[in-house]
Amino acid sequence: MARNKRELQEINAGSMADIAFLLLVFFLVTTTMDSSWGLSRKLPPPLIDTQEPPPPIKDRNVFVVLANANDQLLVEGELMDISQLREAAKEFIANPNRKDELPEFKEVDVNLLGKMPVSKQVISLQNDNGTSYKLYIQVQNELEAAYNELRDQLSLEKFGTKYSILEDLAKSDLPSEAEPAKEKVKAVRQVYPQRISEAEPKETGN
Amino acid sequence: MSKFKKDGNKSTPAVSTASLPDIVFMLLFFFMVTTVMREVDLKIKLNQPEATEIEKLEDRSLVDYIYIGEPTNTALYGTVPKIQLDDDFATVDDIQDYVIQKRADRPEQVQGAITVSLKVDEDTKMGIVTDVKQQLRKVQSLKISYSTREKVDKNKF
Repeated sequence: MARNKRELQEINAGSMADIAFLLLVFFLVTTTMDSSWGLSRKLPPPLIDTQEPPPPIKDRNVFVVLANANDQLLVEGELMDISQLREAAKEFIANPNRKDELPEFKEVDVNLLGKMPVSKQVISLQNDNGTSYKLYIQVQNELEAAYNELRDQLSLEKFGTKYSILEDLAKSDLPSEAEPAKEKVKAVRQVYPQRISEAEPKETGN
Repeated sequence: MSKFKKDGNKSTPAVSTASLPDIVFMLLFFFMVTTVMREVDLKIKLNQPEATEIEKLEDRSLVDYIYIGEPTNTALYGTVPKIQLDDDFATVDDIQDYVIQKRADRPEQVQGAITVSLKVDEDTKMGIVTDVKQQLRKVQSLKISYSTREKVDKNKF
């Protein structure tokens, strides 16, 4: 009887660390930290031949951005560096001095904000087949940034919070938080609607 | 005098490693929770461009990926950027089938919410990207996302 008692030993846990290390290495190798961050865009629906062409837009309402195969930018007929694009786009979208060559405004009744002048701006982006993807993303990013900065500005002025914060709030799980934020986001978007139109691609040089 | 030097001759005991498994398990759980399984074996060089104004794709189960870039095995596949769908190289013509196939795999209610994430190497020319986008338009897969790395915007601080 006494013998049996002696055989009840503790299980040796020394190899536990080895097993855990093995699992740890497995997970380290098979997994990636890459998250799915990106610039979200909506493509235009496919062209239908029978569709009527849209009415022409006045030149002053269009901000033309061209990118060529040498990764040079032509903005409104002038050669421009990518670093200046954001300011140029902001100037165009907001037209703070109501210049004649920049876009027209239309009074629009915006929920929460009342009557607001809304610019008839459209940004037209055209790239060559030889343009690098890097430049394309930079252009998209700068244009998006221009819109976001203007929206931030307006939102701070009217609601006292940044637009980016409102957007985060609108995704919140609490309806009491999300609902008012959604309304505000909608109002700000109405004043500065994002209109980036991408022209059908064309081939010029390699 | 040497009141505290009594044990001077004794060797120091070994550090106990009994808590080592606990520490390793903690690390293990951290990695299990924070990481996601790699979707595919990348056969292309993928160095994504940087951007600041980025959004997170909310629901990973509603995202399909299209990879474009220079093949890693240049000896076999050359240096011309190629499209990779799942684990294989594909051509522009395969994209429509791929998207329709992926759409059919999901329940009908969520089919409209599928986003296609374009993971494109920054040295790729726009020609192939535009071709892919035209194909996506044809199959009415209009929600896309240009996958980018996050860049710290110095102006914001």
